[in-house]
Amino acid sequence: MKGNEAVAEAAIRSGCDGYFGYPITPQSEVMEYLMAEKPHERTGMVVLQAESEVASINMLYGGAGTGKMVMTSSSSPGISLMQEGISYLAGAELPAVIVNIVRGGPGLGTIQPSQADYFQAVKGGGHGDYKMLVLAPASVQEMCDHVKLAFDKSFEYRNPVMILSDGAIGQMMEKVVLFDQVPRRTNEEVIRQCPWASTGRPKTRSHNIITSLDLDPAGQERVNLKLQAKYRMMEEKEVLYEEINCEDADYLFVAFGLSARICQKAVDLARAKGVKVGLFRPITLFPFPSLQISNVGNRVKGILVVEMNAGQMIEDVRLSVGCRIKIEHFGRFGGIIPSPDEVVNALEQKIIGG
Amino acid sequence: MEDLFAKPEIHKPENIVYKKTDLMVDRPLSYCPGCGHGTAHRMLMEVIEEMDIADKTIGVSPVGCSVLAYDFLDVDMLGAAHGRAPALATAIKRLWPDHFVFTYQGDGDLAAIGTAETIHACNRGENFTIIFINNGIYGMTGGQMAPTTLPGMRSSTSPYGRDVAMMGHPLKMTELIAHLPGVYYVTRQAVHTPNHVRKTKKALRKAFEVQKAKLGLSFVEVVSNCNSGWKMTPVNANKWMEDNMFPFYPLGDIKVDGNLVEKKDTPEKD
Repeated sequence: MKGNEAVAEAAIRSGCDGYFGYPITPQSEVMEYLMAEKPHERTGMVVLQAESEVASINMLYGGAGTGKMVMTSSSSPGISLMQEGISYLAGAELPAVIVNIVRGGPGLGTIQPSQADYFQAVKGGGHGDYKMLVLAPASVQEMCDHVKLAFDKSFEYRNPVMILSDGAIGQMMEKVVLFDQVPRRTNEEVIRQCPWASTGRPKTRSHNIITSLDLDPAGQERVNLKLQAKYRMMEEKEVLYEEINCEDADYLFVAFGLSARICQKAVDLARAKGVKVGLFRPITLFPFPSLQISNVGNRVKGILVVEMNAGQMIEDVRLSVGCRIKIEHFGRFGGIIPSPDEVVNALEQKIIGG
Repeated sequence: MEDLFAKPEIHKPENIVYKKTDLMVDRPLSYCPGCGHGTAHRMLMEVIEEMDIADKTIGVSPVGCSVLAYDFLDVDMLGAAHGRAPALATAIKRLWPDHFVFTYQGDGDLAAIGTAETIHACNRGENFTIIFINNGIYGMTGGQMAPTTLPGMRSSTSPYGRDVAMMGHPLKMTELIAHLPGVYYVTRQAVHTPNHVRKTKKALRKAFEVQKAKLGLSFVEVVSNCNSGWKMTPVNANKWMEDNMFPFYPLGDIKVDGNLVEKKDTPEKD
């Protein structure tokens, strides 16, 4: 199935309560699949086409504030519109899953795939000091699996989780092994599981308030300290990554998502030429696998960071490894997908021969 | 001085003539003396208390003067981003279809930054209640021009009066949404006299009954003064409201049982 369809099916199977979205290429298949599947009949899941991405993200805030499992998906310009809402979700500590099927920018850009929203996703595109847990799937299988993982982590940390994919993985078809249906929680289970949520006040407790507002600076600083402690906990416990052929590597590609798939082929091509290259693939972009990249970085002569952007993740790779070895960037952007040969050429010119 | 309230006989049920609604949190309101918010809050909570639905009610507060409404209303609440309350309420009501859901919004929130969310929630016929407090000004930020500021009316960003040629016309959001098929009940009320307070409460009750019967969106506008923003005493502000706001925003029902009410030639009088 298509990557976008895998996201939709995985949402239903995760026991998602509500999907709220707005059409935008190249991710419209998510809502199209959901509408065709009638999840209301399958599991009781609500699917609503909103009037804008601004409305969608605030529908997420409303649903999440009542303890329900909610998701939206969009692509770059739509995700830009959602940034205010994401900041509110983080500030009010609400669980929600946001899928970004990235296309080339800036502006209206192009509908072709890109990875140029790394900074926005990882460094916080909205206002204030907040972090999302960011997952970067590299296959249709991971598009499916990451949805369930994202829901689990969003509730574990009461924090928005973003799946940062791209137009190619969203559109491409691969075989997928789907996980079994997780039953949707009943209202009673939601109330029991989320005692913080605004679900209607019984006489036995005081009223619950979902807000990110604290006018008292001391109170707002306490909120921030609590959030920061939560993000440090994520850094400690939630790092995911994959190492391919790193053991004997002289050189290293660091790439996420679609770029990592391209680099996998580039590793084979380079090794066929006798160049020992490995691939390090961050799966979580926040928390970033700094320590793990640094460890591998200590064993190699140079690193090529391959991204479909003008050089974003390279900043985090440089911060992780330092300036002990040569670290360069290779990227195509504006919707162009680099070929494995281009990547090998870039390694030879920028790192080995450079 | 003798504390009369401490006398036990005063607390006998038969001697109580007036008491604080249980659903109002026991803390001082953040509103200016003479402002209509406190009364509107109380009427809303009285209705929820009388219907005995607090355990099934979820409210959404806006950004504006009533941003802290959740501190005063003793029901579960969510504070929305500026203008987005109807989007929150849409999701809440769809995910909890047997609950009662309301938004409480000012004119800047509902009729400027949140215009799209308001119109689309109304047009979809979402089965919740919108309570719209219209005082013709941005009170919270210090008295700037609102979408509802009257022609010629002064504010800090229209210091010489609203010039409609330059600044555009006031937006009658309530009349506008009344024409949408998803909207079932629309009314405009006030809370500056006991008679109007009673009418407002009746309107709110009707709005929640519409919700209970799942008939569509119910919309209650309350025209209120903003004495500090208008730079008047509370009494003068109420007088000014009667003389200037009511002719432009006439009180009374606009849509009942899904049908538009025929226009009256003269605005409603006490």
